[in-house]
Amino acid sequence: MSTENNWKEICHIDAIVPNAGRCALVEGEQVAIFRVSKSGNDELYAIHNHDPFSKANVLSRGIVGSLSERVVVASPIYKQHFCLQTGECLEDEATQLKTWQVRVENNMVQLSA
Amino acid sequence: MSTRLIVIGNGPVGHKFLETLVESGAAGDYEITVFGAEPRPAYDRVHLTAWFETRNADDLNMVSEGFYEDNNILIRNHEKVVAIDRANKTISSDRGLTTSYDKIILATGSFPFVPPVPGHDRDNTFVYRTIEDLEAITAASKHARVGTVVGGGLLGLEAAKAIKDLGLKTHVVEFAPRLMAVQVDDGGGAMLRGKIEQLGVSVHTGKNTQQIIDGENAAHKMCFADGEELETDLIVFSAGIRPQDELGQQAELTIGERGGIVINDHCQTSDPDIYAIGEAALWGGRIFGMIAPGNNMAVAAADHITQTGESTFSGADMSSKLKLMGVDVASVGDAHGNTPDSLSYSYINQVDGVYKKIVVDKDRKHLLGAVLVGDTGDYSNLLQFALNKMDLPEQPDSMILPSIDGGGFAMGVDALPDDAVICSCNNVTKADVVSAVAAGSVTLGDLKDTTKAATGCGGCAALTTQLLNSELTNLGYEVNTDLCEHFPYTRQDLYNIIRIEKIKSFEELLEKHGTGHGCDICKPTTASILATCWNDHILEDKHHVLQDTNDYFMANMQKDGTYSVVPRVAGGEITPDKLIVLGQVAKKYDLYTKITGGQRVDLFGARGEQLPVIWRELIDAGFESGHAYGKSLRTVKSCVGSTWCRYGVQDSVGAAIQIENRYKGLRSPHKLKMAVSGCTRECAEAQCKDVGIIATENGFNMYVCGNGGMKPRHADLFATDLDYDTLIKYIDRFFMFYIRTADRLQRTSVWMDNMEGGLEYLQSVIIEDKLGICAELESEMAHVVGTYQCEWKTTIEDPEKVKRFDHFVNSDENDSNVVFVKERQQIRPASEDERKDLIATA
Repeated sequence: MSTENNWKEICHIDAIVPNAGRCALVEGEQVAIFRVSKSGNDELYAIHNHDPFSKANVLSRGIVGSLSERVVVASPIYKQHFCLQTGECLEDEATQLKTWQVRVENNMVQLSA
Repeated sequence: MSTRLIVIGNGPVGHKFLETLVESGAAGDYEITVFGAEPRPAYDRVHLTAWFETRNADDLNMVSEGFYEDNNILIRNHEKVVAIDRANKTISSDRGLTTSYDKIILATGSFPFVPPVPGHDRDNTFVYRTIEDLEAITAASKHARVGTVVGGGLLGLEAAKAIKDLGLKTHVVEFAPRLMAVQVDDGGGAMLRGKIEQLGVSVHTGKNTQQIIDGENAAHKMCFADGEELETDLIVFSAGIRPQDELGQQAELTIGERGGIVINDHCQTSDPDIYAIGEAALWGGRIFGMIAPGNNMAVAAADHITQTGESTFSGADMSSKLKLMGVDVASVGDAHGNTPDSLSYSYINQVDGVYKKIVVDKDRKHLLGAVLVGDTGDYSNLLQFALNKMDLPEQPDSMILPSIDGGGFAMGVDALPDDAVICSCNNVTKADVVSAVAAGSVTLGDLKDTTKAATGCGGCAALTTQLLNSELTNLGYEVNTDLCEHFPYTRQDLYNIIRIEKIKSFEELLEKHGTGHGCDICKPTTASILATCWNDHILEDKHHVLQDTNDYFMANMQKDGTYSVVPRVAGGEITPDKLIVLGQVAKKYDLYTKITGGQRVDLFGARGEQLPVIWRELIDAGFESGHAYGKSLRTVKSCVGSTWCRYGVQDSVGAAIQIENRYKGLRSPHKLKMAVSGCTRECAEAQCKDVGIIATENGFNMYVCGNGGMKPRHADLFATDLDYDTLIKYIDRFFMFYIRTADRLQRTSVWMDNMEGGLEYLQSVIIEDKLGICAELESEMAHVVGTYQCEWKTTIEDPEKVKRFDHFVNSDENDSNVVFVKERQQIRPASEDERKDLIATA
């Protein structure tokens, strides 16, 4: 379980446009952080930025959306969908991305590293 | 030992025979030689008049590349067979060749009948049968003012149109008391005549030409039996055809009293080793001067020779539907009511110029025939009733009366028997369509591909569509045209919703009409529609998150996550100074440089954070976004045109630049490509573009709905000899109508193919303004053109937007995963192994 000490400050919430992602560098790893907004409520998600299909670091630049009940991002290269909650690939169950806990404190985005 | 098969005649029907033989898989058993008297291989004589559109014989060519070579067929064009020696089983040609045969196919066609009046062979008299005839007519027209066609039948009226289009005062002289005497009755003929005279063609019926002598004000004077005279500079005889049965006579085959080589149901002549097909053949005492029966004969002969099929020729229905000089004309079955005791109903509307007549049997049970002039919408319906002997409704006239208050008559396609022929050009039956639908062809476009239905004259497109829809329902298909799970609408619905409700953002659209968060399908689609309707900047916060991969950073993402940069080079014209800037920028940022197919330069390997600085330099040097990343207008390619080229007839570069600057940035359901060629040599390859423009001496010809790519398609000729302003008006309307009504990622070709009525319908909407929307389309386009901004210029002026291009939100580092190696003096992305090595040693 994460503790208070693990939270690492990344950026101001305004640096991420609602319903978009940005990439952060956290302890040598690329993390795609997404801000999903509907009716003014923000939910934040963080998954690995590396797209295992194209092997490029691009997921933060994908389109955010939902499929059935799951909130997903579509890879900008070959368009596979990844569940933002679990990191699972919807088209290929065997592919699973690392996820991080993420929250907003005093308008600052924090990641549990 | 293979069979020696000789095909005499290389026209459409002879070629159909060869195609059928090859398709049967039996061609390998034959040693095939084809003789053609004309200088070129088989071409589409049915559409001969289309030669005038481009004056390029290749456009009519029917022989696919490598057809003869791949199938081991020896082709001898420009060589005429002059004798058949049945005793020794040899033939001999006018070039002195004698060769033996086992079987012969006579597909010698017909020759035009020229009435043997004194003077018929004077200079500047022509027939209308071959490309050479058309070339000769065109050459003669340059020194003529008045042209006359003798013969007011189908081909005569086509010839008249050609002569009129060549700029001559045009007359049509017909022996019978009406035009198209075979197909239409007096009422229909009168309506047709009125319409054709309105077009400025003078029609003279009931005229018996007695002699042709020197004219006083023109080259010829035609003298008629009634004492009248007509002066004209050139004459085209189109007074019917006669079977080309010379060889049959020479070989002493049985010949009909009035000509034609007599055949049986297998198309065998009186010598079972010799077959005759097409217009040279006489079956049941009749010559069939149309393509569909000719094709059926070709198939029957091929089936019989190879024993691969069982089809026979059993006569043909000569019903037809055509457009002559812009006038719709159709004729079904017994159009003249020759059947004893038959009854007829007719409808005449002089206001709109419509004439309709149906002929029914004495019990009013069955339809025997029909004539339609001015409106042929009922043709397929009536044809099916006549062909399938279907029971008529209680009031047969309801079939041709206009549908006032939603009345009128429409046949349920379910009532058709399985063997009902839906497409008579390609002999596609209802059963063929039904099984194709069951096998997965669920759009009209698919059906055209799989069955060839509606790909000939197109007259059956409406019926095919009805059948398709009814079959989908029968099969329990729920045709789900929803864009995606978030919107129960088609793209076209969403377009209308956004326009009508003046919706300005995806959020608003989702709230009012959708569910969930949206996805990578509905978001870019909405972004594109919003851009067309309101033309806001695509990177405004509310729009930015909707953009697909490339629009997101306004550059084309490559496989390693880097981008390529393509500035606009309108029309492919670029100054040396600008070219130097491109080189300098590429060098400074070490970008891989390649010339694109659209006549511009692509710079690859830019990292996201480099894009704004690269664009700053490009914009300072006068470049602007090339929209290579968007589903939008890409380029207008051009040849160098009349400015430099010896052959050019218009300034194609100037036109291309103007056109590219007009439509740049226009968002659309798919990418749009254009080209302008300065002459008919077509060096800009305009016929593989969504809109292609080919300059003519009188203006521009406009082609639409072509594309290259995975499934190449030639564009269709849409309008001819337009002046520049009219051209722009048509393009405005065409693009906007496409953007309004196409599906997501549907290119213009598929869009048109799926449209009931296809090209003709499109012409009626865009040229004739059938839907009354052209003014709207033009004003919508004017808005897009008037609100254009260079997306990159606006972006680099906004520091907040520029920050989004950084790879990391919390670090100035670059993506260490992007690694290049050198190849042919330029960078390329490292392969996976190379990358691992390089990262390890770094």
